[in-house]
Amino acid sequence: MTKLLDREPVALLVFSAVILLMPLWLTPLGANYPDLLQKFAIYGIFAMGFNILFGLTGYLSFGHAAFLGVGSYAAVWSFKLFTMNVIPAIAFGVLFSGIFAFLIGYVSLRRSGIYFSILTLAFAQMCYNLAYSVLTPITNGETGLQLTLQDPRIIDRMFAPAGAGLPSTNFFGILMSGYSGFYFCAVVLIICFFISRRIFKSPFGLTLLGIKSNQNRMGYTGYNTRPYTQTAFVISGMFAGLAGSLLAVTDPLAGAERMQWTASGEVVLMTILGGVGTLIGPMLGAWLIKYFENIFSAFNEATLEQTFSFLPEPLAHAAVAISGLFVGEGWHLTLGVLFMLIVIFLPGGIMEGWRRLARWIGGGGGGKAKSESAAVAQPAE
Amino acid sequence: MVANAVLHVADVHKNFGGLRALSDVDLRVDEGEIHAIIGPNGAGKSTLLNVCVGRIKPDKGHVVFDGEVLDSHTPYEINQLGVSRVFQTPEIFPDLSLLDNVMIPAFASRDGAFRLRPFRKLRLEGDIRAEAEKNLEDVGLAAFKDTEAGSLSRGDKRRLELAMCLIQKPKLLLLDEPTAGMSRHDTNRTVDLLKTIKQRGMTKVIIEHDMHVVFSLADRISVLAQGRIIASGKPEEIKGNPVVQEAYLGGAH
Repeated sequence: MTKLLDREPVALLVFSAVILLMPLWLTPLGANYPDLLQKFAIYGIFAMGFNILFGLTGYLSFGHAAFLGVGSYAAVWSFKLFTMNVIPAIAFGVLFSGIFAFLIGYVSLRRSGIYFSILTLAFAQMCYNLAYSVLTPITNGETGLQLTLQDPRIIDRMFAPAGAGLPSTNFFGILMSGYSGFYFCAVVLIICFFISRRIFKSPFGLTLLGIKSNQNRMGYTGYNTRPYTQTAFVISGMFAGLAGSLLAVTDPLAGAERMQWTASGEVVLMTILGGVGTLIGPMLGAWLIKYFENIFSAFNEATLEQTFSFLPEPLAHAAVAISGLFVGEGWHLTLGVLFMLIVIFLPGGIMEGWRRLARWIGGGGGGKAKSESAAVAQPAE
Repeated sequence: MVANAVLHVADVHKNFGGLRALSDVDLRVDEGEIHAIIGPNGAGKSTLLNVCVGRIKPDKGHVVFDGEVLDSHTPYEINQLGVSRVFQTPEIFPDLSLLDNVMIPAFASRDGAFRLRPFRKLRLEGDIRAEAEKNLEDVGLAAFKDTEAGSLSRGDKRRLELAMCLIQKPKLLLLDEPTAGMSRHDTNRTVDLLKTIKQRGMTKVIIEHDMHVVFSLADRISVLAQGRIIASGKPEEIKGNPVVQEAYLGGAH
């Protein structure tokens, strides 16, 4: 079983099954509506790409949201100028974020450690502020970039006249809303998992881990480390751009707030929550955060009162008052507590928790096999 | 001038602030020999090696390796030319397994300073893996190949670092106190290992305090004191040299 999971086709098959069946197994958790499922897939891609940089090379970027934003803007412009088909939109999103990542990486990777983080943060904030000010003709400033009836959409016009109302994004005729939108994102996520897995298990990935472990040694071992870190930076920037363009695919508008530093910080949280340097951990972290954001923030006093109605009235009041702090607007508080608990007690994130659990269940003889099964998912550890 | 000098350190000067670390150092290492550099602490031995691998640029003078003047070479370029180094404090990849530690340098020798093949499967690199296992066996660490390198003892880290250098099959191997922190038993094993590589014709420069190691390995010895080479020659010549006795062998002990 464990050896089997290590084989590429099996790993891909299992991963695909888990992702494509999400609408089923998320039903008991109340998370099976398309909007949230799309977010799970998209932010899974974002975190997975971020992990290629942070998890493998150890370079902590605090500006990855800039690439998310660039991907979104490029995709929306593709919808406006060319066609509502999502393929060119995604291609443009990945291309432009790749170019941005190349330029920002070229400058930022001259430094490492905290200086690298500060440089990326500065660049991302610069993009964010430019999007609000001088670049308004491209980004439409505070309103955000949206589709309008006046858009040229030249490729679509060649085949059909403009209809009444705004068109929808489509994949060769299949509309990208609801479940079809989720399944499209899910397929992209599976492709990203495949790419990421290949990188993890290649000599290139091993080289990146060497850079993370001892960059000084890499130099005296004959490696020119800059092109390696640069490539990792561009790949992870392209993943972010892809995620950004998928956000535009499922909802064709782009706003500058997508590039703000809080969004960059969020992907760092996702990666650490899930497990830095593990293959699927960052994706799990992304799911957890998006779940909290959407489910916990939807709780209100009425639902809480209902939950605690079995208690005597004064107790129920107290329970509602206390737990009320952690839901609705206060979901950040829950997330903060969870984050602290994980960083303190499980520095390896969810994946380390999973490994410990597997070892604990497996006990003596079976323990080795179990921990190996966990190792399949995190070859980098 | 000897025609087949692999390494030639020519009149190298290096000052750190007011401190003269190296002055007028002229050192010639011939192909295939083991050249030991001895001298009291602070004599500039490690600085000399740092100059050779490009970690420090000399203020004056040149380092010539294999006919190439290493004035503007970066450390990775010098390694690609065929110079590997074992450091005084082991420089390994502490978070990776021993096998990975040895495979990484092997890839650098085979693929060069940068080669982009992100989708190549590591599983298919059977040759490199077998070679890495062989090298770990040579230094006696084969049993720990899946262990995290950071958990090794200091002596074992040194032997791992030696394996990392040897798998690159360098033309010139620089060893900065390769047996420091090792037990007598491990020291003897390392000496034996270095002797067998000698038969394979790899040139080595070795800094060592253990005179037993020095005199059982070295073909030639240079004595460095206060940044100058005060004597250079065969082991028996050095043993009998009164200046050396004064500066180091007799004076310090």
